[in-house]
Order: sequence, then C-alpha cells, then structure tokens
Amino acid sequence: MTAVLELRRVSKVYGSGPTEVQALREVDLAVDGGELVAVMGPSGSGKSTLLTIAGSLEEPTRGEVLVGGSAVSEMTRNQRARLRRRRIGYVFQDFNLLAGLTAVENVAMPLELDGVGRDGARTIGLAALEELGLADRAARYPDELSGGERQRVAIARAVVGDRRLLLADEPTGALDSVNGEGVMRLLRAACKRGVAGVVVTHEAQLASWADRVVFLRDGRVVDQTARPPGAESLLTRGPNP
Amino acid sequence: MSVRHALLALLSEGPKYGLQLRQEFEARTGEVWPLNVGQVYTTLQRLERDGLVESDDPEGEGPQKGFRITAAGGRELAQWLRTPAETASPPRDELVIKVLVARRMPGVDVHELIQVHRRHLVELMQQYTQLKPEAPEHDVGLPLVVDAELFRLEAVVRWLDAADARLAQLPAASPVAAAAVPARPGRRLGVRR
Repeated sequence: MTAVLELRRVSKVYGSGPTEVQALREVDLAVDGGELVAVMGPSGSGKSTLLTIAGSLEEPTRGEVLVGGSAVSEMTRNQRARLRRRRIGYVFQDFNLLAGLTAVENVAMPLELDGVGRDGARTIGLAALEELGLADRAARYPDELSGGERQRVAIARAVVGDRRLLLADEPTGALDSVNGEGVMRLLRAACKRGVAGVVVTHEAQLASWADRVVFLRDGRVVDQTARPPGAESLLTRGPNP
Repeated sequence: MSVRHALLALLSEGPKYGLQLRQEFEARTGEVWPLNVGQVYTTLQRLERDGLVESDDPEGEGPQKGFRITAAGGRELAQWLRTPAETASPPRDELVIKVLVARRMPGVDVHELIQVHRRHLVELMQQYTQLKPEAPEHDVGLPLVVDAELFRLEAVVRWLDAADARLAQLPAASPVAAAAVPARPGRRLGVRR
C-alpha cells in the first residue's frame, strides 16, 4: 500500500552562517490512510515545521515529500495549490475561521474556491456540520460559538470534500479537557474513515488517541511507540490486595 | 484502594448479598479492579466483627446471606469520604530514583533513558485511551476510572519532560568527574537539625 504521506530524509534549515537553525534533520515518516499519527516533542523540536512541510505550506531544504505517492517538489505552483485545496485539511490551535462568514460558509469555502457551485458547496458543508453535531449552529458566526464549537467547525472545514490528509497543530490548545477529548475523537473518527492524520502536540493525553506516537527532539525522530496491544490487557490484572 | 469502604458505600444504598456486592463493585469501577469472592466475604466478616455491618444470620454462611450497614458503619463511611486520600505513589518515586541515579552513571545517556520511560508511559496511555470509545454512554464509571489513570500517567510524562529540559540546560560534564565531586552540605532536601 502506498502511504498517503511520506517524508523521505527531510531536512529544514533556517538562516545561514552563525544564525543557522537546523529545524529538521533527515526525518523519515510514512502515514497510511486510516492511520492517526501523533508527533510529540518539546518546544523547538521541529514539530510545527514538520507539519507545515508535510502540508506543502513550506519546502524542505533537503529531502522529499510525497502526498498520495506524488513528489510535491515535482508539482507546478498550481498543482501544489490544488493539492492543498482538495486533498489536505488543516486544523490550527486558534481555529483560523473567517469572522465575517457563518459556520456553514466557513466550511463551504474551500469547496467554492475549488469551483463547486455555491448551493452545492453549502449542501456539502451542512452535511459535514451535521455529522459533527453542529447542524443547528450552521448560521452562526464564529464569535457566536463556544471554543469547542469553533474547533468542530474548523474540523468540518478540514475534512469536507475528498480530503486524504488531515494535519492538526495543537488542535485542542485552548480547550478544556472534555472539549479537547471531543476534538481528538473527531480527528480519530475522520482517520477511521480512511484519511491519514498527523497531529502535533506536546500533551501526552492527546497523543494517546493516536495509533502511533512519534517523538521528535532537536529536529530528529528519536523514537516511536509500538502499536499498542488491545486495551483488554489492562483488565486482566489480578485482583487488588 | 479501600474495598472495605467501597462495600460500606454499596450497603448504604440498602441491604445486599455478598455476591451482589461483588458484581456491583466491579460494575461501578468500570471493571478495572476485579475482586474475588473470598476477598468480599473476608472483608464483610471483618466489617461485621467491627460492628459496621450486620447480617440476617450471624452464624450462617453462603451467597444467600444478606448484609446491611449499621449506624456506626454510616459514620465510618462519612468520615472516610472526607479523609484526604493517600497520594504518595511508589511507581513514580521509583522513576525519580532511576533518573537521579542514571545522571551520575558513566556510559548512561540520561535523555535516552528518560525517552525509554516516556515511550512506555505513552504506550500505556494509548491502551487506556482505547477503552474510552468502548464505554457505553450511560456508563460513566469506566471513563472516570480511565481519566484518573490517564491524568496520573500524564503527570509522570510531564515530570519526565521537565527533567529532560532541566538536565539539558546543565553544562556538559563527564559523569565520572561529576560523581567525584562530593555533595555540598546543606543542599539536601529534607529535615536538617
């Protein structure tokens, strides 16, 4: 099976000479459809750089990024823009919703940008909101929604249409733990439907929703979790003393 | 965990049989803490001896013997609920000791060691998190037990993160040379007289 996302020996250097910063060093990472991978690491470990490069928002200094088996470096500017619009969904810590648009308009926007008619885009947008339990919030503006609702709208926008890759940077940032868990449930559910997901976080509890956790340190992948055994093993411990 | 007080809590709802107590205990704690029947009956016998519960037939035995809480049992239960829980956690202390010891050991990369433990903890957290989607919506017992375990494990991971960062800030020194330096007096935590 071809991985939906593949990073091959990806390095990223910012600046040069004495101010040079090595943000990523020869990172290899492959994420399959249906898989949710969490990238954990301290501040400055290169997590966000990894995500922006994976989403083709930034180019690596060395190495190769493949999305759906195609090398991003070999695409034209237009092809790359289309890839970002159609195939990749982004979820950010601060939601990044447009304040002047309602919830459903925010969700429908990437489809409209991609040439889907206004009514068609709206119908698909409403269906996406309904799936996330937000049908009754469709006509509200972002400032009329709670933090948890705003992030659900942002997730609806990120998965609407035929997206293959879902990228999330600290997506539960400002949310309390119950709302944060709700966001992780949605990301996981999106991946179970076949999307490849990468979530960047420094919180172990959010990372624990992932199928695999990759640990980043000083721009290098230093470790990753094995696929965990089923949860049943937790319940077969002997009786408590 | 106090099985004794958990049984008193179940009996505070009304009289129950031993077997019933075991089933209800397991159901309410998300079946994370299995109890054996022997444990239930031994605990009930002790509670009866201490006058905290009473049975229909003090001489009788078997699954059809019913128990109810006494007034003294009710008082004991109310007091236990408000008593601060024992928060000392031996597994975490063991980890602190391992990291402290590793710092001074030649040939041991303490950051690598920290990562070994971090990975282990995150893998355990992944297993617990898998239990969440399985919980039926009406059953809040399991999510509460799972949350408690996840927050406890997360705290240990955060301690490892902090230790990792703190140790990375230290000037590089050979572990052997560091071990040769005697600990300065007055730097120890704890009581000095």
